[in-house]
Amino acid sequence: MTGTIDPVAEQTPAFPAARAAGCPFDPPPTVQALRERTRLTRVRLADGSTPWLVTRYDDQRALMADPRISSDVTRPGFPSPSPVRGRPLSFILMDDPEHARLRRMVTAPFAIRRVEAMRPTVQKIVDDLIDEMLAGPRPVDLVQAFALPVPSLVICQLLGVPYADHDFFQDNSRVLINRDVTPEERWVAVDRLSAYLDRLIGEKLDHPEDDLLSSLADRVGKGELTRPEAAQIGVLMLVAGHETTANMIALGTLALLEHPDQLALLRESDDPALVASAVEELLRYLHITHNGRRRVALADIEIAGQVIREGEGVILPNDIANRDPEAFPDPDRLDIRRDARRHVAFGFGPHQCLGQPLARMELQVVYGTLYRRIPTLRLAARLDEIPFKHDGAVYGVYELPVTW
Amino acid sequence: MKVTVDQDRCVASGQCVTAAMAVFDQRDEDGVVVLLDPNPSAELAEDVRNAAALCPVMAIMVEE
Repeated sequence: MTGTIDPVAEQTPAFPAARAAGCPFDPPPTVQALRERTRLTRVRLADGSTPWLVTRYDDQRALMADPRISSDVTRPGFPSPSPVRGRPLSFILMDDPEHARLRRMVTAPFAIRRVEAMRPTVQKIVDDLIDEMLAGPRPVDLVQAFALPVPSLVICQLLGVPYADHDFFQDNSRVLINRDVTPEERWVAVDRLSAYLDRLIGEKLDHPEDDLLSSLADRVGKGELTRPEAAQIGVLMLVAGHETTANMIALGTLALLEHPDQLALLRESDDPALVASAVEELLRYLHITHNGRRRVALADIEIAGQVIREGEGVILPNDIANRDPEAFPDPDRLDIRRDARRHVAFGFGPHQCLGQPLARMELQVVYGTLYRRIPTLRLAARLDEIPFKHDGAVYGVYELPVTW
Repeated sequence: MKVTVDQDRCVASGQCVTAAMAVFDQRDEDGVVVLLDPNPSAELAEDVRNAAALCPVMAIMVEE
């Protein structure tokens, strides 16, 4: 990097931006303000580049489904949050048809009927962890005692990963999704997880079981996938499968504790439809993936009289789309009775989260069980003492001390 | 109401099945959409419209 300063970049708002003190559930006010002012604007990233930022719900949704927009992180101009290294890349950083080919290899266990068949297992996991918490000391950190183990146990079972290794993969996942670590630290974590998944794929090749890693190993055996590709997909499934849901459990619980009227509605209802509605609303309201979806234009695209040129980077901060008053009236109010299903917390377009049916079901079981079984659940710290994951690519809380 | 689906475009998000289980299902091998009822009855119309609106790749076409 030379010492020259681009005068345009100097005046351009920085992205990502900080949240306001005392408003841990709201997107950064500077980014929200961009949406109120304009539909399309330049922002400045840490590397000095100035990609476009699309502010409104309708435009974001249309662009995410637009074939003129690419997820290929290797294209010049792609506004990657961190430097990219080596092969194989995750299919979330590729375009169709290669993306679709790889994605369809792992979608079967996330089909609605398959996920519903797992619901009794998830209910048992949740009930057992609550039993343990109730029998243990108070206060307790809800993240370690409950929010992290629930999705980790579930994804381990679905993938065929031994849960006994959870300290190893949780620690490395945390490094992988921290936006403040160096690229080298991130690559070390990726290498450790890849080597671990590669070893498991090798074991499944010899001793297949009824799980997703075994089906990937079977494809390796048939020559449909290379072993590094299979391991890479395994890393993606493992990391995405527990970090996101864990943060929704802990941050969602905190949001409900801070909105006691909404918590009471949820706790006192035995209507599964209200629980499902609460899940959608909390996904909309909290929107934990706060780095913005990253894309690059494959052609000139006009929005509101301005043109995104071919090869220019595009950022779609879905958190501010979920707070767009044109899409969601009174968007800054948490209201578990509203129909929030059209939120973009899982993204939109061909890259929309493939694990969303599993995430929804896990959250329905958790939100429908935890507050009824522990009706006096409350914070054991002040809100301003809670450590939030401002440095995470996935937002949430590092700890949530609770008692009852 | 006449419904068609594009299986090539489908990304198996499962949202259509959640919205209208009587009309949409998924293939066992990859979760891709299967249309159970191309002419759903009037009482299912709202659910089917929701399914089409929620589909992330607009793979569900509805003719009223």
